[in-house]
Amino acid sequence: MTTVQDARSAPPSARTGTGRGRRRSRRLTSHDRITLTLMGGVPTLLTVGLVWLPALLSVALSFSSWPGIGGVSSIHWVGLENYRNIFTEYPQFPPAIEHNLLWLAVFFLLPAPFGLFLAVQLDKQIRFSRLYQSVLFLPVVLSLALIGFMTELIFSPTQGLINNLTGDTHQGNMIDWLGDPHLNIWAVLVMACWRQTGYVMILYLAGLKSVDPSLKEAAALDGANGWQAFQHVVWPALRSINVVVLVITVIESLRAFDIVYIINRGTDGLELLSVLVTDNIIGEASRIGFGSALATILLVISLAFIVPYLITIFRKDERE
Amino acid sequence: MAQSTSGGHQLSRRSLLRTAALGTGALALPPVLTACSSGSGSGGSGTDSKTVSFGSNAAVPEPKGAYETVFAAAKSATGISVDVNWVDHNTFQQNITTYLQGNPQDVFNWFAGERMQFFAGQGLLSTVDDVWSAIGSNYTDAMKAQSKGTDGHYYFVPFDYYPWAVFYNKSLWQSKGYTAPTTWDEFTALAKKMKSDGLIPIAFTDKDGWPAMGTFDYLNMRMNGFTFHINLMRSGQGWNSPQVKAVFDQWRELIPYYSPGFLGLTWQEGAQQILNKQAGMMVLGLDQIGTIFTGSNAGNLGFFPFPTVNPSYGQDAVEAPIDGFMMVKSPKNHDGAVKLLEYLGTAKAQQIWLGSNPADIATANGVDTSKYTQPQTDAMKLIQGAKQISQFMDRDTRPDFADPVMLPQIQSFLNDPGSISGILSNIDKQAKSIWASNG
Repeated sequence: MTTVQDARSAPPSARTGTGRGRRRSRRLTSHDRITLTLMGGVPTLLTVGLVWLPALLSVALSFSSWPGIGGVSSIHWVGLENYRNIFTEYPQFPPAIEHNLLWLAVFFLLPAPFGLFLAVQLDKQIRFSRLYQSVLFLPVVLSLALIGFMTELIFSPTQGLINNLTGDTHQGNMIDWLGDPHLNIWAVLVMACWRQTGYVMILYLAGLKSVDPSLKEAAALDGANGWQAFQHVVWPALRSINVVVLVITVIESLRAFDIVYIINRGTDGLELLSVLVTDNIIGEASRIGFGSALATILLVISLAFIVPYLITIFRKDERE
Repeated sequence: MAQSTSGGHQLSRRSLLRTAALGTGALALPPVLTACSSGSGSGGSGTDSKTVSFGSNAAVPEPKGAYETVFAAAKSATGISVDVNWVDHNTFQQNITTYLQGNPQDVFNWFAGERMQFFAGQGLLSTVDDVWSAIGSNYTDAMKAQSKGTDGHYYFVPFDYYPWAVFYNKSLWQSKGYTAPTTWDEFTALAKKMKSDGLIPIAFTDKDGWPAMGTFDYLNMRMNGFTFHINLMRSGQGWNSPQVKAVFDQWRELIPYYSPGFLGLTWQEGAQQILNKQAGMMVLGLDQIGTIFTGSNAGNLGFFPFPTVNPSYGQDAVEAPIDGFMMVKSPKNHDGAVKLLEYLGTAKAQQIWLGSNPADIATANGVDTSKYTQPQTDAMKLIQGAKQISQFMDRDTRPDFADPVMLPQIQSFLNDPGSISGILSNIDKQAKSIWASNG
């Protein structure tokens, strides 16, 4: 996404350069033009070639039936058959959608506000602030696959930390954190939130550092209490960070994959759209068409979040 | 993940993690394998008539060492040196379609059954009829049948295999005075007795998804017969039939005796329950549980064939997955590959490979069985006494049906046995659309 923006913003700046004043246009030597073309062109080419072209091909393949063996001639076009199958007879699909949306909702409700809360606390220059900061940020550095592994160590019903601490490892009183399809998604979400909170926190912390301290001083002089200063001075200044956090939250919840794949390959209560795509496309024998249809559905869901965001951003740009 | 049925060679948490991490990378870049094979130079040196390249799914130390030994022996016996591309077990299986269409090695590890015939049918393999004219006398007719494609040509050279059965800890059974049941009623009565003795009657663990398939296969073969089972696997027709429904209804009787929280446990954890005398018995393959009962424990591993349900089918069928080798469509050194396969199809080569491995047995006749452990000898007797041999659900049916459809659906059944009617009608629908499509 950022590449798209880069690519689009580069040419306009060149154009305004020529439009506003001759001096500036004269300064655009051929060297500059080449630089600008490269800066705008290369990311555009990469994005189109590596992201949009394959995405469009996936959409096309979603109307086909193809085992991925043999040439393009072995592709059969089957119309909406794959979609019909997904919606009517693919039992993993409804839970996968449900889990992706649950993931999204939980990420909005827990790590986002909690990350902001932590950032505000750390911004107050309390003692050992750096230490807390590092500790809270640490999980972000870990890969989600590793966090999946840690989830197993903590939640495994017989050998895991929690059941051994509470003594619930025996027959009868065991809490089946990983096997019970109604419980395991929550165990995974706890771990995913642990990581996401640190991520959100560091973003807000960066935003808070950029808030002019004199604004806060002025608010304090005007008699605003902490909450009022946050509400009327800090929060509006964080608007751009909020957008970033929003986008990160959507992206992280739609692309969730590694953590559940490590635990049980995304079956038995841990179904996610990304896992279903993988299961059908990467595998001993692939159903390329069926998997592409699932991927297209995931694309449509992503677009449903991204398009409104882009529209508001561009509208704002026009107004300014 | 059923792939692991074949190579249960001590799948540690770490290797699982690595596999999954590789799998994740594969989402972004499927032809990882092809890249490995063409890039490293390993396996690419085709002009050399003394070298045969080999794609191995045995990157973990235990079988890797055994293969290195047997390849060294192959060099001194045939003058052919083997250039191996070692790949992680599950990654190898996951990428097989891409691999075979890329720049594959001449010879590679694979499995018998539909899992072989599927790729033969796609035209991705060479026939090995010329190899069989040399090694034919080393094998039983059952083995020959398992090595042919649907067109009657040979595509596969069997190497090692192992039976699925009901395993138990001998010393636990001796101390409690249990005896092996042969019928269903004796089996459930024994389970009940074990429960009252404070044991987990049946160690059953299905977090990986595939181990449960073994129980289905056996129940289906015992209740409906081998022919019905194989037809169901091959044609995908009849999933929503009263016969299959009866299998799941029978299966329900066992669920109360299973390990608590079995959907959150791996087969290794289940096998540990047997080893640690917490559980009474377990339906599993020797290839898996044999890697848990090692060293001084090896002799403590006992098993009995899955009990009779319908007397007219008795205990005729045995599930014994066969591992072996295949040759790719256009090998760079065809003659060398034939020579290597001829060597690997001998009792001598298989004996060298087996070494001290107590979890598999050789497929060729004439292996010195005095070197076998007790479980291996018992396994050989069990398989030789079988009237029919099945492979395993993920080897007997289409690969795009076994893992993507059956694995999660069996888990749904185990979670909620009452919903079996809906599950079966759904399996039936999915089977129909998968068999009707070409992918």
